[in-house]
Amino acid sequence: MLYIPCPYCGLRNETEFHYGAEAGVGYPDPNTLTDDEWAKYIHIRANPKGWLAERWVHFAGCSRWFNLWRNTVTHEIGPAYLPFTEQPKAPSNIGQEEQKA
Amino acid sequence: MSEIKFIFDDITYKGHHGEPMSAALLRSGLLTITNSTYHGRPRGIIGLGVEEPNAIVQLISDTKESMRPATVIEVADGLHVSSLTGVGALPEAPDEARYDKTNHYVDTLVIGAGVAGLKAAHEHLQLGRKVLLIDDQPKPGGHLLHLGMNLPSVLLDIFTNENLTYVPRCTAIGLYDQNYIVAVERRSDHLGEAAPAERARIRVWHIRADKVVLAPGAFQRPLIFANNDRPGIMLSHAAATYVAVYKVASFRQAIVATIDNQGYRDALRLHEAGVKIEGIYDVRQIASGPSIDAAKAAGIPIRFRTAVIDTLANEKGACTKVILSDIDTNETFERSADLLAVSGGWTPIADLPTYIGIKPQWSAKHAAFLVNHTTDILQTAGMLAGEFGGDDDPAIFFGPTLNDEQSRVAYIDFQRDATLHDLKRAVGAGLQSIEHIKRYTTIGTAHDQGKTSGMLTIGALWQLNNSTEGKNHSLSPADIGTLSFRPPYIPVPFAALAGRERGPLSDPIRISPLHQWHVAAGAEFEDVGQWKRPWYFPKTGESMDQAVRRECIAARKGVAIMDASTLGKIDIQGPDAAVFLDRIYTNMFSTLPEGQCRYGLMCKADGIVFDDGVTTRLGKNHFLMTTTTGGAARVLAWLEEWLQTEWPDLKVYCTSVTEHIATIALVGPKSRELLQELVTDINISKDAFPFMHSRNTTIDGIQVRIARISFSGELAFEINVTHSYAKHIWERLWTLGRRYELTPYGTETMHVLRAEKGYIIIGQDTDGTQTPYDLNMSWIVSKKKEFIGKRSFQLPYLQASGRPQLVGLLPEDIDEIIPEGAYITLYSAQADEDGKTPHTGFVTSSYHSPEMGRAFALALIADGLNRLGEIVSIPIGKKVLSATICDAVFIDKENLRRD
Amino acid sequence: MTNTNQILTPGTIGRRRAAIIPEQPPQLWKSVKPKKAYDIVIVGGGGHGLATAYYLAKNHGLTNIAVVEKGWLAGGNAARNTTIIRSNYLWDESASIYEHSLKLWETLEEDLGYEMFFSQRGVLTLAHSVSDVRSKRRNLYANALNGIDSEWLTPQEVKKLVPIINISEDVRYPVHGATYQPRGGIAKHDWVAWGYAKAASDLGVDIIQGTEVTGFDIRNNKVQGVHTSQGTIATGKVGLVAAGHSSILANLAGFSIPIQSRPLQALVSPLLEQVLNTVVMSGAVHVYVSQAHKGELVMGAGTDAFNSYAQRGGFHVVEHQLAAALELFPIFSRAQVLRTWGGIVDIAPDASPIIGLTPVENLFINAGWGTGGFKATPGSGWVMAHTMANGTPHKLNKPFALDRFATGHLIDEHGAAGVAH
Ligand SMILES: Cc1cc2nc3c(=O)[nH]c(=O)nc-3n(C[C@H](O)[C@H](O)[C@H](O)COP(=O)(O)OP(=O)(O)OC[C@H]3O[C@@H](n4cnc5c(N)ncnc54)[C@H](O)[C@@H]3O)c2cc1C
Ligand SMILES: [Zn+2]
Repeated sequence: MLYIPCPYCGLRNETEFHYGAEAGVGYPDPNTLTDDEWAKYIHIRANPKGWLAERWVHFAGCSRWFNLWRNTVTHEIGPAYLPFTEQPKAPSNIGQEEQKA
Repeated sequence: MSEIKFIFDDITYKGHHGEPMSAALLRSGLLTITNSTYHGRPRGIIGLGVEEPNAIVQLISDTKESMRPATVIEVADGLHVSSLTGVGALPEAPDEARYDKTNHYVDTLVIGAGVAGLKAAHEHLQLGRKVLLIDDQPKPGGHLLHLGMNLPSVLLDIFTNENLTYVPRCTAIGLYDQNYIVAVERRSDHLGEAAPAERARIRVWHIRADKVVLAPGAFQRPLIFANNDRPGIMLSHAAATYVAVYKVASFRQAIVATIDNQGYRDALRLHEAGVKIEGIYDVRQIASGPSIDAAKAAGIPIRFRTAVIDTLANEKGACTKVILSDIDTNETFERSADLLAVSGGWTPIADLPTYIGIKPQWSAKHAAFLVNHTTDILQTAGMLAGEFGGDDDPAIFFGPTLNDEQSRVAYIDFQRDATLHDLKRAVGAGLQSIEHIKRYTTIGTAHDQGKTSGMLTIGALWQLNNSTEGKNHSLSPADIGTLSFRPPYIPVPFAALAGRERGPLSDPIRISPLHQWHVAAGAEFEDVGQWKRPWYFPKTGESMDQAVRRECIAARKGVAIMDASTLGKIDIQGPDAAVFLDRIYTNMFSTLPEGQCRYGLMCKADGIVFDDGVTTRLGKNHFLMTTTTGGAARVLAWLEEWLQTEWPDLKVYCTSVTEHIATIALVGPKSRELLQELVTDINISKDAFPFMHSRNTTIDGIQVRIARISFSGELAFEINVTHSYAKHIWERLWTLGRRYELTPYGTETMHVLRAEKGYIIIGQDTDGTQTPYDLNMSWIVSKKKEFIGKRSFQLPYLQASGRPQLVGLLPEDIDEIIPEGAYITLYSAQADEDGKTPHTGFVTSSYHSPEMGRAFALALIADGLNRLGEIVSIPIGKKVLSATICDAVFIDKENLRRD
Repeated sequence: MTNTNQILTPGTIGRRRAAIIPEQPPQLWKSVKPKKAYDIVIVGGGGHGLATAYYLAKNHGLTNIAVVEKGWLAGGNAARNTTIIRSNYLWDESASIYEHSLKLWETLEEDLGYEMFFSQRGVLTLAHSVSDVRSKRRNLYANALNGIDSEWLTPQEVKKLVPIINISEDVRYPVHGATYQPRGGIAKHDWVAWGYAKAASDLGVDIIQGTEVTGFDIRNNKVQGVHTSQGTIATGKVGLVAAGHSSILANLAGFSIPIQSRPLQALVSPLLEQVLNTVVMSGAVHVYVSQAHKGELVMGAGTDAFNSYAQRGGFHVVEHQLAAALELFPIFSRAQVLRTWGGIVDIAPDASPIIGLTPVENLFINAGWGTGGFKATPGSGWVMAHTMANGTPHKLNKPFALDRFATGHLIDEHGAAGVAH
């Protein structure tokens, strides 16, 4: 049960949110893309080990989408930020070495 | 302490209220509690708490929970228990107990009310913080309770602090990310028959704490030697506690075998309680400390460099003699004892922090793995952090060298009957990782999850690795690491974790405002997502088929009424609403005139149809979208996602109004006539109120919006009204409708009617792989604009020939309703040599049509639109049906009836 | 093969001996240090990697092979799954590969000379609504044409097979019926992996543990070697068989794959007297349960919503799962949860695997089995070995190529629920 900081409502339990995978993948101009590129847009999202900027929506609260830095190895939560705002830097990995899964 | 009788294995024992059942059994002299699971060896109590591997019993009284350690069952009125051999039983009798859950947010959570935990609680209270203190024992004190000692007054004082919440009998079972803790409180078992019926037996705590202090203490571990599992062999701390605190007077003569100073402390307690100590045998070369001095002063014989290697038993299997060996000379000797108290060192309880990836560190000095962890949010204290106390000489990690025969009865995991011999075989088989060894030997997999056996395994492995038998000489305990711990820390009944999410509360039930009417009318219901929808309305004695036929005929020949309130409804407003809908739907909505309705189809970006429905333009910047019943939440989320994350420049606001607006469909050639009796403000004639138009008006002064929408192909009106007036409108129609034989119908009739017209149901005639083209709906795909999914139509496979297309099917036998889901083959196709029959499609919807007087179906058939008229086969078990492919619209192709 | 599935009257409190566990062989695989070069390197020592190595050696006579595993052998999903085996999948492509696998299972213990507790006790898949029934029955008809054993059972027939199940109409989502695959069942996951490891090792395959692949030596778009935590190993061909870590490895090799890694949890109870000798699955209410040979209930829970490599999931997922289980099996009320754990599953957009060639020459991939690849272990290894040995896919894995995402030819096996065991 992650504890997720909704930028509008504050910290809430994970069960109030839905997940939206990698953040910052904009809708491309469909007509300029090859089939391969289009398929990539539809199906491929980052899946890194470590910090990932990802999308969440507070569906059981304010219904707003936002972005969040989260570590996929330690489950540490980093800063949340709104879509179309400047992305904060990825938090560093200090102190988490021991937790490598 | 009052004396109470309880039953164990059909024999009545006496005990004191609140003491552990194990104490009462031992006091009565019962040493053998059960036989072991695989080897059938007699076993007795060895421990004090949840670490107990042998005395796992079955409650017969109370809730009949299986597999509870006798060491944690409190003696209470009516207690009735039976032994188990490591295999539990599930009683058939329903579990009448209540189970509940609570959420708790707190500044500091302290786990463990021993001295370390109490000190931490005290500290945090001093800082003005709110503290939740939980402990699995009935009283605070932890280790001090075992010693029969009282708490110092500073620590006692915290219990009057209003910022402290103290919960006894509450065990933290899991530590999760961001200081989320799950704990299990046992609230009524200890009260026995006196437990109030309404009290939840177990409460699951979901705790979120700013700071967590882990002070869970430690378990003592046994020693490995031949026949180390006999009744009468106990952990020294447990033995001393039973004797000194619980006044167990069953032992006369004890031997203490130890690797640390704890053995001396326990020997002293036994000695003071009147048990003769035959001797303390310490494997260490030398050791010192106050407890050793005290033992010497008490005249207890002490011998160093001496280890137990074997024991002998009486006819009941209980330990009578101990065989000891001088480690340097290997000379052995025998001593008599009815209690062999073993002290194999302390194992701090490191489970919880490992659940979130914090690894315990090996400390040779403590002969233990410790977690010494301090961050802003999490902190360990007490023995887990290495505070073993005192000026003790270090323990050593030791087990004697045993021959093959001895190692076959030198137990490591008592409950799994796993021995040193098994461990040697695992190493011999080439296994190195402790995880492999665990799986090979099954050590650590029993009810106690290796609480005592885990560290024994590591010690024995270390020793094996450093002996000639080992293949890998360099491994130290640090290299071996601990067995991985997994939540829950102790076993928890399913019922407790299920809590109250059972029966009707297991998932919300959604009902329309007309639900009670449907119930009263005798409707059968169907679950559609969380909704209960009327399926059909049988009259007395009617079968489903008969009811549906009657309902269909009413809709096609007279007038019928259906509750369509569960359809998803989304109110969409804003200056860019029309532009937005153009992007969402495959067809155009910006051209839709105000006051008119249009059917729309939406696709995901992959070009696959995902929902449909009619959207009405209520004003220039105002639309009301309807969605499928099951798809409402998905669609709203979809709209919001695009608006918020892709098109924030669009000024559009979406609001779910599904529950606010009820929809009543009045269907059939006589629907206008009936409605006219109620609607007098507006002209609802064919010309004045055309198909796919919407009008606001009133019925009995109630605002309604009526739309000329038809999902059956018949003349039909959808009356939309605020939820709270739905019943009034429905009942008015019902009363007036009597003259017209107004007939209520449910989802089944709706399905038949729409199938006769070839209208699709998303999720029935689609399966998440259809484009609009596959559904023969190219007419709805705009060429003029961009919309979500359009690009995907160009992907090779989505425009390939031979894709399944929606068509109709007419079975050769007009009475044969082809089963839905049935697969279709070429006419008379046969299985190939692999036993496979190639197919050409499948049946999505299939019914009897009263209108046509025959069975018919919809199907997705490869290239079906180009195969109209072809006869195909449908194998159903041994039977093969035939049918002709036809257009999916079966009746009124010209759409004459809807006006 | 074992057949110890007599049902005991549930709830008779007795003194049952637990089923005897066969003794493990005195010698398993040899653990070795890596050589400088191999013909083939398999990255990932889970069930699929080991099976691939075994079939390369056995079917194709290739033995200069290393299986490189970053942790302890078969410690990933191979050691964490709930071992449900069945082949009654919807689409022809899936049915064919899973059925091939099931046929291999049926002789696997003899083939490998290793007891695996493979038990064809039957798998029930429950339907809980009218539309659930419709789609389950469709599955059944599809299976029939694919020559796969599958039957429809009414609620009463379900009750006969599984006397402890609650088929009352009063529960929130009553049982409307079920499909039943008699040849489905379970096996002991560790022993399956160990059986392959031992057999491969006996044929000369090198099994290298504690060695992480950290990169690839790729020249002219052709793989020449793998970089590992123990140095570089030269090789002619590489197979990526790394389940939850597949996208990490693909990225290291310079391409991306449509995989998201998610936690999937499971749990066991302590040993209990036998009450259930059929595997019961219910996608609609999220119950996946069997009672293993020793007597423990083994249950699968749902996936967590988010990407993770932490091998742990949220406890609310487990709580939800148990609530659902009690609806179906009231008798489980007092069964205890002994242990929960999580694995990292590799989820593809269509819930189907990706097996075949990659944009890099001589680099092959086998991934995306997600929540349901244990049952495919033999079949997956078989076709992967074929693909690697010949440089072209076997007919069974051809449809599962990576390029299906660009052509749009997905094989959507999501079914009603997300978790397809
Ligand atoms: C809780 C759970 C329940 C499941 N239940 C079922 C079920 O009932 N039925 C079913 O059919 N399937 C089930 N599955 C799915 C099944 O377990 C997997 O699909 C299957 O095990 C995956 O194949 P594998 O055994 O090769 O994977 P794994 O065992 O995960 O093997 C992959 C290996 O690659 C290694 N690796 C990764 N990166 C590297 C690297 N860089 N270098 C070296 N090695 C690396 C990993 O350490 C791992 O050992 C379940 C899965 C889970 C988690
Ligand atoms: Zn919010």
